[in-house]
Amino acid sequence: MGLKTFKGGVHPYEGKELAKDRPIAEVLPKGDLVYPLSQHIGAPATPVVAAGDQVLKGQKIAEAGGFVSSPIYSSVSGTVKAIEPRRVAVGDMVKSIVIENDGAFTEVEYSPCDDVTKLSKEEIIGKVKEAGVVGMGGAGFPTHVKLSPKEPDKIEYIIANCAECEPYLTADYRRMLENPNELIEGMKIILQLFPNAKGVLGIENNKPDCIEKLQDLTKNESRIEVCPLQTKYPQGGERQLIYAVTGRSINSKMLPADAGCIVDNVETIISVYNAVKLGMPVMKRVSTITGDAVTNPGNFLYSIGTNYAELVDAAGGFKEQPEKMISGGPMMGFSMFSLDIPTTKTSSSLLCLTKDEVAAFAPSACINCGRCVEACPEQLIPSRLAKFANNGLSAEFEKWYGLECIECGSCSFACPARRQLAQSIKTMKKQVLAAKRKK
Amino acid sequence: MSDLYHVSSSPHVRAKDTTGRIMLYVVIALLPTSLFGIYNFGAKALLLMAVTIASCVASEWVYNKIVHKEQTITDFSAVVTGLLLALNLPVTLPWWEAVLGGVFAIIVVKCLFGGLGQNFMNPALGARCFLLIAFAAHMTNYVTDTYTGATPLAAMRNGEAVNTMDLLIGRTAGTIGETSAIAILLGAIFLILMGVIDLRIPASYIITFALFTLIFGGHGMDWNYLTAQLCGGGLMLGAFFMATDYVTSPITPIGKIVFGICCGILTGLFRTFGANAEGVSFAIILSNLLVPMIEKFTVPRAFGVVKEAKNREGGKQ
Repeated sequence: MGLKTFKGGVHPYEGKELAKDRPIAEVLPKGDLVYPLSQHIGAPATPVVAAGDQVLKGQKIAEAGGFVSSPIYSSVSGTVKAIEPRRVAVGDMVKSIVIENDGAFTEVEYSPCDDVTKLSKEEIIGKVKEAGVVGMGGAGFPTHVKLSPKEPDKIEYIIANCAECEPYLTADYRRMLENPNELIEGMKIILQLFPNAKGVLGIENNKPDCIEKLQDLTKNESRIEVCPLQTKYPQGGERQLIYAVTGRSINSKMLPADAGCIVDNVETIISVYNAVKLGMPVMKRVSTITGDAVTNPGNFLYSIGTNYAELVDAAGGFKEQPEKMISGGPMMGFSMFSLDIPTTKTSSSLLCLTKDEVAAFAPSACINCGRCVEACPEQLIPSRLAKFANNGLSAEFEKWYGLECIECGSCSFACPARRQLAQSIKTMKKQVLAAKRKK
Repeated sequence: MSDLYHVSSSPHVRAKDTTGRIMLYVVIALLPTSLFGIYNFGAKALLLMAVTIASCVASEWVYNKIVHKEQTITDFSAVVTGLLLALNLPVTLPWWEAVLGGVFAIIVVKCLFGGLGQNFMNPALGARCFLLIAFAAHMTNYVTDTYTGATPLAAMRNGEAVNTMDLLIGRTAGTIGETSAIAILLGAIFLILMGVIDLRIPASYIITFALFTLIFGGHGMDWNYLTAQLCGGGLMLGAFFMATDYVTSPITPIGKIVFGICCGILTGLFRTFGANAEGVSFAIILSNLLVPMIEKFTVPRAFGVVKEAKNREGGKQ
């Protein structure tokens, strides 16, 4: 049988060797920091500072704009320069708080907690919410919402998403090697909320050192276990991970909680630890700056809001002119036309490629080979869905389960005719969902 | 800003396989049986291969030129069609009839329906059936210097015995590429290893046909007869190289199995009850026509979607 996994999926070139062995290095920001008010799913945060205000590191600069929202904290001390629209990684202009860094990093006082086991559930969730913890793997869903399911007693699994299935990314890998205790302590804090749950660390088997280390560190933890997973993209997809770990399957209309699961990624769980144990809000994260254009690919701990250009400088700059810059991994990341983009809570990586291999491809006719069907982790027929999408057939699109697409890109990756399958399906999905909202 | 980076929607990487490479794999997989065909039937076999490939590629080139379409001959699909067509012809066929077959396969069956990916029946088989109707006598003339008797299937119809070993190796009369089960299987294994085809269609096809023959063949559990039925005609070539044609077989996983079963039943029907000893080409072509229907009824349920039809089913009961 082999290791646990899911049906479908693809095996892209991993590229992790570029940055895998580079320990996490801290980068101090030099220039202005930019905090988009919308760097999570849900309502944008509301600024609580105005231009000209002095702020300290760790000071709240925007508060949550609703229950499904999250506050934002300054990661430096300095002066609020402006609150204005700025370009973000996905290409939109988003209203952002711009802070001029005074370079002093004067911090507010945090209130650490000596004994987290004495905290009530409400206190824990309150601290997580107040610290602005969101899903830091990329989606940015507010973590306090995830931790407040309707029936907490029915949660049976807290799954730490340690798969890191996107090629090139090694930030979670380094976190697991260098900060395993924070990860485990964070997991224990979450487990405190769910008396019937056990914690599972799902790790792809291309990280045997992490599996070994975490197995060793959790051998006396009765409620936490390590679950090695087959290395296959998208093993870290939420639905795929849940299936691999528990054998339960959920669809687009369900939440992981419906299958008794809560899934959080490595960086998020470490942020929960920082929030509850140390009383520190989300101000820093680790990202991988990598790709064949970068002089010294590596993993960097930096202040959220730092410009991507500064991170590239920290990685030694470019050894060759890049053609493509991707925020995130090569399978689901966003390509950026400029480097003048701020990092956010969800910036997991910057990938700088000297060759944009997809730009040269012209799509040819579909030969019905079925590679997209084999690749699809959602068991869809991507070639047909893309056809429906291109012809605007929304009824057929829905009937063939188009809305179940998780946008992982496996179909486009596998297509020998280089067709833009995932791209067409994603677009149609947006249209269908928008039409539904109107009704 | 002057130097903007490239922007495109994710994913930003692609797998190595391309349409051209897949077609090349198929050509490579057809080499063992092609070479055996040349060894078995002589240089005339090579000539037929050359003319069908040339006529297929030329037809596609000319057609694209005339209708001002982008040239597609570099995707190798016309080469595959041409080679498959040659392998489905008796070596005695006049070369100009083979040329005509190539033109029919590409122009009528493939290009007129929109080119690669749009044809509803296998071009090589379409052309073979066209030739069978147009030049019936030539297309069923299997008598060569080496083989003066009938094909194994025809021989068995007449109650003659056939040598199983000869069937496996391919030392029998028949079309150029269908005689050697071993050579065909070698190619098929290569295709399976390279991930070009899977076993769903060939296995369901062959198993269904074997069961059909055992039950309705009128020979009971006669292993010699069954082996001759499996290896003596176009079944092996058809099951591994023609029925698995991507364009004309279902894309849904269950649909592939249903399609194989259709092919198996029809082949059994044609061979057992039909006027001809052979039936593979017609069986596959007819099954090709059922593909849209098969696909419609075999759309897989998406991951995690539970049966929504419960109410409807409940209503029926």
